[in-house]
Amino acid sequence: MSDHRPPGTLSSAWLLARKDLAIEFRTRTAFLSALVFAVLALTIFYFTWDESVVSPNDRAPGVLWVVLTFSALLGLHRSFGLEEHDRGIDALLVSPISRESIYLGKAIGNLIFLCGIQVIAIPSLALFYNLPVGRPLFIVSGIVFLAMVGIVAVGTLFSAMAVNTRLAELLLPMLSLPFFVPVLMNAAQAGSRIFAGRPVAEVMPWLKILIAFDIVFVLACTLAFPFTLEE
Amino acid sequence: MSSVSNSPAVEPKPIFDWFLGVAVLAVVGVYVRAIYFTPIEAAQGAAQKIYYLHLAGVMGAYLSVTITALMSIIALWLHDQRADHLAEASAEGGLVFLTVVLTTGPIWGHKIWGAWWAWWEARLTLTLFLWFVIVAYLVLRGAIEDVAMRARYSAVLAMLGALLIPFIHLSVYLFAARLHPMPVVLKPSKPSLPNEMLTTLLLSLTAFTLLCIALIRARYRLAVQRDMLAALEVDGGVT
Amino acid sequence: MFGPNGAGKTTLLRVIAGLLKPTSGTVRVGGRSLRNDPGARGNLGLISHQSMLYRALTARENVEFAARLYGVPDPRSAAMRALERIRIADRADAPVRALSRGLQQRVSIARAIVHEPSVVLLDEPYTGLDAAGGAALTDMLQLLRSHGASLILVTHNVEEGLAVATHAVVMLAGRIVRRDDASSIDHGAFPAAYRAMVLDASDNSANRAMSVSA
Repeated sequence: MSDHRPPGTLSSAWLLARKDLAIEFRTRTAFLSALVFAVLALTIFYFTWDESVVSPNDRAPGVLWVVLTFSALLGLHRSFGLEEHDRGIDALLVSPISRESIYLGKAIGNLIFLCGIQVIAIPSLALFYNLPVGRPLFIVSGIVFLAMVGIVAVGTLFSAMAVNTRLAELLLPMLSLPFFVPVLMNAAQAGSRIFAGRPVAEVMPWLKILIAFDIVFVLACTLAFPFTLEE
Repeated sequence: MSSVSNSPAVEPKPIFDWFLGVAVLAVVGVYVRAIYFTPIEAAQGAAQKIYYLHLAGVMGAYLSVTITALMSIIALWLHDQRADHLAEASAEGGLVFLTVVLTTGPIWGHKIWGAWWAWWEARLTLTLFLWFVIVAYLVLRGAIEDVAMRARYSAVLAMLGALLIPFIHLSVYLFAARLHPMPVVLKPSKPSLPNEMLTTLLLSLTAFTLLCIALIRARYRLAVQRDMLAALEVDGGVT
Repeated sequence: MFGPNGAGKTTLLRVIAGLLKPTSGTVRVGGRSLRNDPGARGNLGLISHQSMLYRALTARENVEFAARLYGVPDPRSAAMRALERIRIADRADAPVRALSRGLQQRVSIARAIVHEPSVVLLDEPYTGLDAAGGAALTDMLQLLRSHGASLILVTHNVEEGLAVATHAVVMLAGRIVRRDDASSIDHGAFPAAYRAMVLDASDNSANRAMSVSA
C-alpha cells in the first residue's frame, strides 16, 4: 500500500549474500567440510611424489589449483541448495528485486565463501610445502582471487541449473569443469612462473586472458540467469 | 509447449531411411577410393590417408556444432521447439564427428610427430574440450524431463559453450605457440595436392557433409517422435 | 477461490504472483503490469504451501530479511509489528527449525505481510494452523481488508472461505466455472451446491489435471 523503495540491484545482491553467509555461519557444516577437504587434499598430494625427484616447491603450484578447483565445486554445490528446502527462492522471485540481483547475490556469497577457504588453504600450502612467505605468495593469492571470480561466475549459474535436475551432484562438475579450464590454465601458468621468481610483467598475457574471462562470463552468466528460473 | 501446428503430421514412415543409406554408401565409396585408387603420399606414407577422414570429421564436427549453437539461440529467443530438436540432433551428430577427429588425430599425429597427444596443438585440445562440452550438453538434456526447461537450459549451455571456445583457443595458443600443419588445400593459389588426392579429399568432405545432414535429419525425427510419445503418456498433453 | 485438487487454483495463484508465465494475457496489479514493471511486485504478498523460510535463521531474522527485500523503512520494527499481529512475537528469536509446523506457518504469514501489500495471495493458509492461529489469521485478514487490501484466498474449506469472502469463485479443471458476489451467496445453500459441482466434475472426467500455464 505504501510505496516502499526496494533496494537496487547491487544492494539487494549484497542483502542476499549477507543472508546466505548468515545461514552458513549458523550451520558451518559446509564451510568446515570444504575446508577440511582442502587441507587434507593438500597433505595427501604431498605424498604422491617422490621428494628426491620433484621438490615440494615445484609441486606446490599444481597442487594449489587442483585443490582449489575441487573445494570450489564443494562450495558451489550448496549455494542453491539453501533455497530448495522450503522454496525460499519463490519469496525472492515474488519480491521486487531483479532476477539479476539474485544471481549476483549468490555469486558474491559464493565468492566470499571460497575466499574464506583460501585464507586457510594458502597458508596451509605454504606451511606443508615449505614455501617462502614473501611477495610471490601474495601475488599468487591475487591470482587465486581472479581465478575464483571466474569459477564462481560460471559455477553459480550452473549450480542454479543443476539443482533443478535429477543428477545434481554429477552435473555440476560436468558442466563447470570445461569452463574452468581457461581459468585454471592461465592462472596456473602465471602462478607457477611467479613462484619461480619471474616478474609480474612477464605473466601479463596470461593475466589479461584471465581478467577478460572474468568480465565476459560475469556478464554472460548474469544475463543468462533469468532463463534458468521457472517461467 | 508444443502446439498442434508445430508437430509434423504422423505419416507412415518408410522403414528404411533412404537419405541416410545413400550418405553411408557415399562415405564407403570415398574410402574405397581413398584406400585403393589414390596414390600414397611420399613423405608421410600410407598413414597420411587418415587425413581424409580426419579433415572430413573436422568439417562435420564444426558444421554440427555451429548448427547446435545457432538453433539454441533460435530456440531460446523464439521458443521454437523444432529448433530445440535440431539443436539436440545436431549435438549428437557432432559428438560422433568430434570422436572421429579425436581418434584419428592421435593416429595421424603419432606418425607425423611421434607423440600420441600434443597438448600444444591448439586445435586438437580445443576439439577435446568441445567434446566435453557436448557430452555435458547431452547429459544435461538427459537429466531434465520437462520439455520447456530442457530446451532453455541446454540453450544456455550451448551459448556459453560457444563463448568458451575462443578462450580455450587463446589459452592453448598461449600455452605453447606451435603450429598445426599448414592447411594444404586452402591456399589462395593452386592447392598443392596432386589432383587425385585433391579429388579424394573433396569427395570425402562431400560424403561426410551428406552423412552429417542425414544423421541430423534422422535424429531430429527421433527427437520429435520421442517428445510426442512423452506428451501422450502424460495423459492429455499440453495445449 | 474454491475448487477441488488439481483444478488449477495454485497454478493460477502462481501466475498472478508472477512465478509462472501465462500462455497469454497479462497480470496487472493496481494498473501496473507485473511483467514490465518489477516494482509492481512490491504491492504483492504471497502465502503458499511451502513456508519459504530459512530454517537456520530466527523468526525475526526471516521477517526482517523480507522487510529489507521490499525496502520497508525501519525493517526491525516492521518485523516485530508483523510478528505481533500474528501473535508469535514471544518466539521471535527462536530459529525457525525449532518451531512447530503451525508456528512456522505463522512466521510465513508475518513474512508475507510485513511490507503491507495491497494484494495478498493466500494458498490454503489455514492448513496446519491450530484454533488460536486460525483466529489470529482471520483477525489479520480483517485488518488487512480494513486497510483496503485485496485478498485472494484459495481454500477447499467452504465455511472458512465464505466467512471472509466478498466474492466467491469456483474453479474446475482449469476454468473458472462460477462467480458470485457476497451479497448473492446463500451461505446455507452454497456449500451443498459446491459439493455437487465437484462430485459431478470428478465423475465426468477421470480427474484430468489440465495445466493453465506454459
